[in-house]
Amino acid sequence: MGSLLTLGTLQTAVELGVIYSLVALALFLSYSMLNVCDLSTDGCFILGCAVGASVALTGHPILAIFAAMGAGIASGFITATLQTRFGIESILAGIIVNTGLYTINIFAMGNRSNLSLNGTDTVFTMMKSALENTPLAPYYKLMVGVLFAGAAAVLLILFLRTRLGLSIRATGDNVDMVRASSINPAHTITVGLCFSNAMTALGGCLLGEYQKSCDINVGTGMVTIALAALIIGETLSRSRGSIARRVVFVIIGSCLYRIVMAIAMRLNMPASALKLVSAIIVAVAIAMPHLKQSFGDHQKKRAAMRIAENETEESVC
Amino acid sequence: MLTLKHVSKTFHPGTVNEKRALQDLSLKLDDGEFVTIIGSNGAGKSTMFNAICGTFLIDSGAIFLDGKNITAMPEYKRSSSIGRVFQDPMKGTAPNMTIEENLALAHAKGSRGPLAFAINKKESAYLRDCLAEFGMGLEDRMKTKVGLLSGGQRQVVTLLMCTIVPPKLLLLDEHTAALDPATAQKVMEITNLLVERHHLTTMMITHNMSAALTTGTRTIMMDDGQILFDMSGKEREDMTLDELLKMYSAKKNQTFDTDRMLMTE
Repeated sequence: MGSLLTLGTLQTAVELGVIYSLVALALFLSYSMLNVCDLSTDGCFILGCAVGASVALTGHPILAIFAAMGAGIASGFITATLQTRFGIESILAGIIVNTGLYTINIFAMGNRSNLSLNGTDTVFTMMKSALENTPLAPYYKLMVGVLFAGAAAVLLILFLRTRLGLSIRATGDNVDMVRASSINPAHTITVGLCFSNAMTALGGCLLGEYQKSCDINVGTGMVTIALAALIIGETLSRSRGSIARRVVFVIIGSCLYRIVMAIAMRLNMPASALKLVSAIIVAVAIAMPHLKQSFGDHQKKRAAMRIAENETEESVC
Repeated sequence: MLTLKHVSKTFHPGTVNEKRALQDLSLKLDDGEFVTIIGSNGAGKSTMFNAICGTFLIDSGAIFLDGKNITAMPEYKRSSSIGRVFQDPMKGTAPNMTIEENLALAHAKGSRGPLAFAINKKESAYLRDCLAEFGMGLEDRMKTKVGLLSGGQRQVVTLLMCTIVPPKLLLLDEHTAALDPATAQKVMEITNLLVERHHLTTMMITHNMSAALTTGTRTIMMDDGQILFDMSGKEREDMTLDELLKMYSAKKNQTFDTDRMLMTE
């Protein structure tokens, strides 16, 4: 392991994992809880990055965080409205919004396709100066990520225990039952998508400030990457236990994904191969339960065939 | 309590599949009445329930519940005063949520703010007590996912969810049809208990002719989107199963499904 992974790369992987876990948490809410596959995730991630970077450049790093989240909420609201008020299929609604966001994102960066945050005050530089001369100083980036992902996770867990949160879970589980409980599913879908897209945009904002740059392509494939992290987390927790336990495992899943990616990098894999690797990880992770089942059935069939060969119908009975 | 005035509904109008599901249907239910509804498949029984619940908007006519015109009210708003249990035990509950969470969601109907915690200690104890009364041992499985329960157990949870905040109207759509006879009887006992306690105005669709006569206070038979006959009081008390079947055959003027007749014994 030591040769594959140095402490430095491990730290970077965990830093990225924690930041990207915000997007995985967003999908945990929209995909696992609400049963909506939100394909606007890519665009929304860049939106958060672009809005955050633009506001940070004006010298307001804290405001940048809130502006990015606000933009995410607006984006989620549009996706939800297309589904609930205009009868557009949820996957299609996400694709439409994702396409439109490309233009919005270019606008948000002032008609450019990238922004540099070099020398700009961000939450990371703020944390760096706050932690100066303390033992935690080398971990200032990690601290920012843990702070935001932790806050988002706690908020999410508390939210899912409220009456509204419970209705959102029920909407993904049995929408008829939600209507029968005099809750409007259009309302729960809207609130759920606003919340999840706020987290996605926050993730984008933090990544931009972490990398000190924002690029129009930074979110490409984000939905697959976040899904990989989510599936790894859900597989580890076997989707069982309390919501809190599952949320923690989603964050762990995100970090594990980044560590796997770091190892792949150490194996001299070209950077352009990473998307293929993540696509394979997602496909394998999602297919695993099904493959296990088929394998088990196959064994049973073979056992049944053996009996058929050795015994007549009478002797079995 | 419930009034249907000249309600009509046609599905796929103007096509070969045109189905006049409800034809100028009028019905009035008094407060606390328990009506059993019989009729063959396609008679419009479930369609009438769907019309009352607001699954679709009716083509003409009006529906009043407790003096309020609910004809144009969206489904989710009507459900605050209407409880409904389906034949399919999967329909009324969320399978990946625990018994406790399902009940809490139903109990919170309309009350408290949306951001209040759904389950606290007091609520948890209350829901447990509600379920314990049925003597099915479900109160010890409050943290179990509903999807792991049997059909009968799920129907009991659904019944409790529909009545935990007493509705103005309870609609039972063959809610024991998918259960084995012993479980069906148990669910029916619980139904009667809840209806009596909350003095619920109830409508129950059933294919069990004897149950239709012995349960409740009034029986109606539907056919082709209309009410064929409607009886209560003395007339209903004097009605025998044989007479009921004869009436049905006479009106329908066709032979009766013998399997179903056997099932009614």
